[in-house]
Amino acid sequence: MKRQSVIRIQELKKTYQIGDQEIHALRGVNLEMEEGDFTAIMGPSGSGKSSMMNVIGCLDKPSSGEFYLDGHPISEASDDELAAIRNRKIGFVFQNFNLLPRTSAVENVELPLLYAGIPAKERRERAIRALESVGLGQRLHNKPNELSGGQQQRVSIARALVNDPVILLADEPTGALDTKTSIEIMGIFQKLNEEGKTIILVTHEPDISEYAKRVVMFRDGQIVSNESVSHRRSAKLEEVEL
Amino acid sequence: MNFLECVRISFRSIKTNTLRSFLTMLGIIIGVSAVITMVSIGEGASANVASQINGLGSNLLIVTSGQARQGNISLGAGSMQSLNLEDAVAISQQSSVAGVAPSVNTRGQVVWHNNNYSTSLEGTTEAYPDVRNVEVQQGRFFNRFEVEGKSNVAVVGPEVVNSLFGSYYANPIGETIQINQIPFEVIGVLKSQGSSGMTNNDDKIVVPITTAMNRLIGRPNVGTIYVSAKSADNMLQAQFDIQNTLRAEHGLKPSQDNDFQIRSQSDILSTAQGVTSVMTTLLSGIAAISLVVGGIGIMNIMLVSVTERTREIGIRKAIGATRRDIMQQFLIESVTLCLLGGIAGVLIGILMSKLLTSFAGIATSLSVEPMLYAFLSSMLVGVVFGVYPARKAASLKPIDALRYE
Repeated sequence: MKRQSVIRIQELKKTYQIGDQEIHALRGVNLEMEEGDFTAIMGPSGSGKSSMMNVIGCLDKPSSGEFYLDGHPISEASDDELAAIRNRKIGFVFQNFNLLPRTSAVENVELPLLYAGIPAKERRERAIRALESVGLGQRLHNKPNELSGGQQQRVSIARALVNDPVILLADEPTGALDTKTSIEIMGIFQKLNEEGKTIILVTHEPDISEYAKRVVMFRDGQIVSNESVSHRRSAKLEEVEL
Repeated sequence: MNFLECVRISFRSIKTNTLRSFLTMLGIIIGVSAVITMVSIGEGASANVASQINGLGSNLLIVTSGQARQGNISLGAGSMQSLNLEDAVAISQQSSVAGVAPSVNTRGQVVWHNNNYSTSLEGTTEAYPDVRNVEVQQGRFFNRFEVEGKSNVAVVGPEVVNSLFGSYYANPIGETIQINQIPFEVIGVLKSQGSSGMTNNDDKIVVPITTAMNRLIGRPNVGTIYVSAKSADNMLQAQFDIQNTLRAEHGLKPSQDNDFQIRSQSDILSTAQGVTSVMTTLLSGIAAISLVVGGIGIMNIMLVSVTERTREIGIRKAIGATRRDIMQQFLIESVTLCLLGGIAGVLIGILMSKLLTSFAGIATSLSVEPMLYAFLSSMLVGVVFGVYPARKAASLKPIDALRYE
């Protein structure tokens, strides 16, 4: 059975205009991802991986080229359509968590459902389930400043998962965490991937990229390599060792 | 996202910044409470004036002699001495007229035992209490026979009683007083009416008009004829009838101007109320300006709040908020701020006008209408001054907003 293609990118270009200077952040990228993939996007700063991440996350529109997310053409979508796609198809996990301050964990997780127009009772139930699935069932009503970095990142993973998106987009999810916590977080991603979630991980740390199944290298706005990981790390085993 | 959720979010954001929200609302609170206090003062003043003028008598028309002219120079109302008692009798025969009280005025020296006092003297007929809406609090008013018989009887105002007899003198009825050295018997005391404008209505002595003309003034002219129309709807008809009667009585040719003036209570009322309404407009105009200033304060804070919460807006947009959602959130927040300010302003305004009445003795009158207007306009201020910051927030690009530190 042929697996469904979640992301299909063809000849994608992104050009920024800064003053009278044109900056070519992406110079013709081709990429295809299927359901259940776990791909790490790597590259030095300025390689275009952030631009790639913004386009895949529907936060930014490509200058030219084709981008299909779950079969939908994104290149021509309006702002409101993009907002709806971000809401229903994409789950974001950011380096600095990006949780709303002074707002409890469960309310942070409810937020995507709020914009999806889900009734309050169902929202609460689904948010609690999502937090339980990342092991934070006891911390529902704590505010971000009452949680550790690892816990905050779990809240933001729960928020990303709560609307059952087709892809999980993690931008340097371990960048602000220590080694032990990083392994815990990567463990969650690996578990989610085993359950069938498609995950894109943007990182500049080779260690972290080894938790993924594939690594895509960017340099100067182009993909220079796209290989499967030969010695894949398992967070579960490492946690046992620790 | 539904409306109630938005309201909940805005309440939370107002709550998390209590002091700042309060300071923002202060402008609106001051504006709204100022509008309500000012309007209540204005309305209180105009109600006061109206009740004073209504106190002059029901459906009252005031006929005075015309202005004499020397060359082109007017000598002032009443300078013509064109009215007399026959005119009053003729007017009283009109069907639209309920009562007629001719009146003459002078000043005189009043003596009782060793006390003497200077006051105004009014000569009139037995119809005076009905026409002028005056009541007697003690004793009685003089009757028709006393008017026809030129009796030396007097009805005195409460101020005269105080000044002449002393405030502890319980019963002046039956006492004899000397007015311009002529003895009069006190038969009644007028009920207090207070003062209207410059004249103290309580400081006078009323005597039969015939007595006044013959013994006190020595002239057969009537200064003023007070006429009460049968009903308020009848005022114009009565005014018309009086004019025709007097023109016929005075034998004026069609080419000649009236040698008298007729003023109605409503003329006086509308003049006086014109003044107070200008005052009210002026005061509430000033108050409205402070409402606008309050609105600018709201806009200022909302703009700061948009900048401060750029990251929050970015997060919300990244997880699926549309432009409309963000716009709605900020707009509802500014309207909520204004409405809370409006409610507080209305309450403080009510309190202020009550305090003004009880401590400063300023007449105020509270009505629902200005409160409603002030409240609604505070909401309008919220919308008008909230739109720009809300649009600014809504148009932020999610990537820029997320990157904002």
